[in-house]
Amino acid sequence: MTNSVAEIADNKALLVIGSNTTENHPIIALRMKEAVARGAKLIVADPRRIPLTGFATLWLRQRPGTDAVLLNAMMHVILDEGLADRDFIARRTDGFEDFAPSLASFTPEFAEEITSVPATLIREAARVYATAENAGIYYAMGITQHVMGTYNVQAVANLALLTGNVGRAVAGVNPLRGQNNVQGACDMGCLPNVLPGYQRVDDARARRRFEKAWGRPLPKKPGLTATEMTAAMLDGRLRGLYIFGENPALSDPNSNHSRKAFANLDFLVVQDIFMTETAQLADVVLPGASFAEKEGTFTSSERRVQRVRQAIDPPGRARSDLWIIDQLWRRLAEAEGYGDPPQAERIFAEVASLWPDLAGMSYRRLEGDGLLWPCPTEDHPGTDFLFKEEFNRPGGRALFSAVPFVPSGELPDRDYPLLLTTGRELFHYHTGTMTRRSAGLNAVAPEAFVEISELDADILGISDGEVVAVSSRRGAIRLKARVGAMVPRGVVFIPFHYREAAANLLTNDAMDPTCKIMEAKVCAVRITKG
Amino acid sequence: MIQLTIDGKDLAVPEKKTVLEAARGAGIDIPTLCHDPRLAPYGGCRLCLVEIDGMAKPVTSCTTPVREGMVVRTVSERLYRLRRTIVELLLSDHPNDCMTCIGNGDCTLQELAYFYGLRDNRFHGARREHHRVDANPFITREQNKCVLCGLCVRVCEEVQGVSAIGFADRGFETKIVPPFGEDLNCEFCGQCVAVCPTGALSARLWAGKPRTGGIRSTRTVCTFCGCGCNLTLKTKANEVFRVDSEPTTHNRGWLCVKGRFGYDFINSPERLRTPLIRRSKGGPLEAVDWPEALQHIVSAVTRIKAEHGPDAFAGLSSARCTNEENYLFQKLLRAAIGTNNVDHCARY
Repeated sequence: MTNSVAEIADNKALLVIGSNTTENHPIIALRMKEAVARGAKLIVADPRRIPLTGFATLWLRQRPGTDAVLLNAMMHVILDEGLADRDFIARRTDGFEDFAPSLASFTPEFAEEITSVPATLIREAARVYATAENAGIYYAMGITQHVMGTYNVQAVANLALLTGNVGRAVAGVNPLRGQNNVQGACDMGCLPNVLPGYQRVDDARARRRFEKAWGRPLPKKPGLTATEMTAAMLDGRLRGLYIFGENPALSDPNSNHSRKAFANLDFLVVQDIFMTETAQLADVVLPGASFAEKEGTFTSSERRVQRVRQAIDPPGRARSDLWIIDQLWRRLAEAEGYGDPPQAERIFAEVASLWPDLAGMSYRRLEGDGLLWPCPTEDHPGTDFLFKEEFNRPGGRALFSAVPFVPSGELPDRDYPLLLTTGRELFHYHTGTMTRRSAGLNAVAPEAFVEISELDADILGISDGEVVAVSSRRGAIRLKARVGAMVPRGVVFIPFHYREAAANLLTNDAMDPTCKIMEAKVCAVRITKG
Repeated sequence: MIQLTIDGKDLAVPEKKTVLEAARGAGIDIPTLCHDPRLAPYGGCRLCLVEIDGMAKPVTSCTTPVREGMVVRTVSERLYRLRRTIVELLLSDHPNDCMTCIGNGDCTLQELAYFYGLRDNRFHGARREHHRVDANPFITREQNKCVLCGLCVRVCEEVQGVSAIGFADRGFETKIVPPFGEDLNCEFCGQCVAVCPTGALSARLWAGKPRTGGIRSTRTVCTFCGCGCNLTLKTKANEVFRVDSEPTTHNRGWLCVKGRFGYDFINSPERLRTPLIRRSKGGPLEAVDWPEALQHIVSAVTRIKAEHGPDAFAGLSSARCTNEENYLFQKLLRAAIGTNNVDHCARY
């Protein structure tokens, strides 16, 4: 997030797109509701009647996969009606002259045809967003898990730049991170192209810094992304895989395909706290620790680094994940470890010495509520909002990028006439490895369901609660129908938490060409009775 | 800034503050039952009564804004009598079963009864009898213990925006219920449980668990999404049996159903307890000790690296695990194995 969570309550306008915040980031949603209670205007752009629509000034119900068209049309209106922040554009951005003409064809009327959002609503949303004293955009996987996911995010950035709603307090572009430490895993360099602190592996200077600190040579060539690994396992380029605390056999789009890939490996290590669907395929299963059994830090969506503290010991012979990785480090690197048991604080200090944005942090300073990076020096208070002076680009100016209309990889047709989109529900988390083992959560949300509109249910002769078969070109599952007003006609929704009716057996593994994200949010399906 | 005097102390406080806020800010404690600084002032319990020069009767300090030159007394014999009587009246219709109450040790009413030394009660008469059995798996209501402070109703409306509960009936029969008196069917965030000043609302998961003795509190961070809420884990004998969050944290003590009530996976009997290896493809997973499991990995990695090069190996790290673990994981892949094939589930 470019801004801190606390700032949300002061927003005068909010655009929430592709985020079911109330269910997936409940406590961030509280700040949104607080902003509304204080008079802010909330624009919700979501195909589903998510709980946040009940608080919205405007609800734009776009067809799944048409987010960039909707955003482009809003920008078209903003330019057309002279609502752009020309001063901000001149002072802090590049590429506007090339970018502006790209919006010409995205009239609200054109967008209405593509997105099914009425042109008048698009105009109104554009005015609300552009004329607010400050406005924040909040988005999540709803706009990123598409073949044009990168474009969608660029469109979001364009909208903020066009109206000067970034680089200052209470105005910004805020991706809401889905997992407790997905921000931290990225920050720590668990990405194939960057070392810790987003220092590129193909940048010789960055690499040298780490080679010096770690005392050994480092590979230059960027590695494979998780999504690319599947193909590499199938064609034999990848022979061994170490999966730590993830369950891709259930969370990967087109997961049958992924399972085949795992089976093709010579050697699979899975480290987890439960016998997950992925662990069942492993050659070695290592019992790790839950969050309550370890020391360390998590970095939340707002870049807040906070201490995780051990409350109890792991069960049986299970060990802290740090101990396990440290043991492998000692053996495979033939190097000294980080103490016995390994000291998380020592490792944090090592990261702080290699990443300037974390340099001012130490466990001592993280007591209490933690700190928001960048925090470059020991007396730095941390950073609530980013890009105050300059953007993260040579020259310090943000770049407009033209975003074309790209349709989803697979759209409904005669054989598969419905559009499936997927997501989470309030009572479960991801593949349910933890929450489905919580008696209470599993009692209120015991089984998978497919949301379908009353109209489609009528046509198919399906009643509420009836078991139906949902199939796509990649697989089929059986689950109960939930007939109602949550989804519009032509769209169905399935939460992906349930292994017994895994939505990701159906979803499409078509990829965004830039960031290699898979299109979990749009595919074509058919529903039949029983 | 507004100048005023409370209990003889000269104070300067910002405009729009209440007398209660001004007093507490100066370290002067005024008892309350229905007040929570995170919610709008309510003036329901009347315990925060104070005397203000020029006003005929005591007023509730939580709803009275500060004014220039105010002279406030928070302690007097009359105020003591009034407050004591209020608590006495509340206790006259309260089960007073602290010995077996889940709220024991964590109850404002109990503290007030103790403070005012209310062993006997001058008020006898009817008592409310609610025999409610809730079927929901999270929240237990013991409505005989409800003092009608309205904190639960207000937090549900003001903070959560759900309004799942409200006051029903009038007078002595007043009770807090979901629509039509049915069982709760809400988001189960448990904000209501967290603000309840008595044992009226509690979590089913805490029932029969330790209340006060030998409990350890550990402050940590929730594992269920990117909000980064602070949790206080209550543990005893290697079991997490309760999760709270302090009002002073950046999430202001608010949690969701997963963070507050979804922790029982930690103690699940299905947890992996020992390393397992498969000695041959298609064979069974067998329990082994750590040295053998680690050696098995080292041999396989070494063999793959020797036969196919370091890029034939890859690692998927975890967005649920700590920064330190993630850092060491990618260091292991890059510096020990020699590949940049490291990623995690940021895209799922």
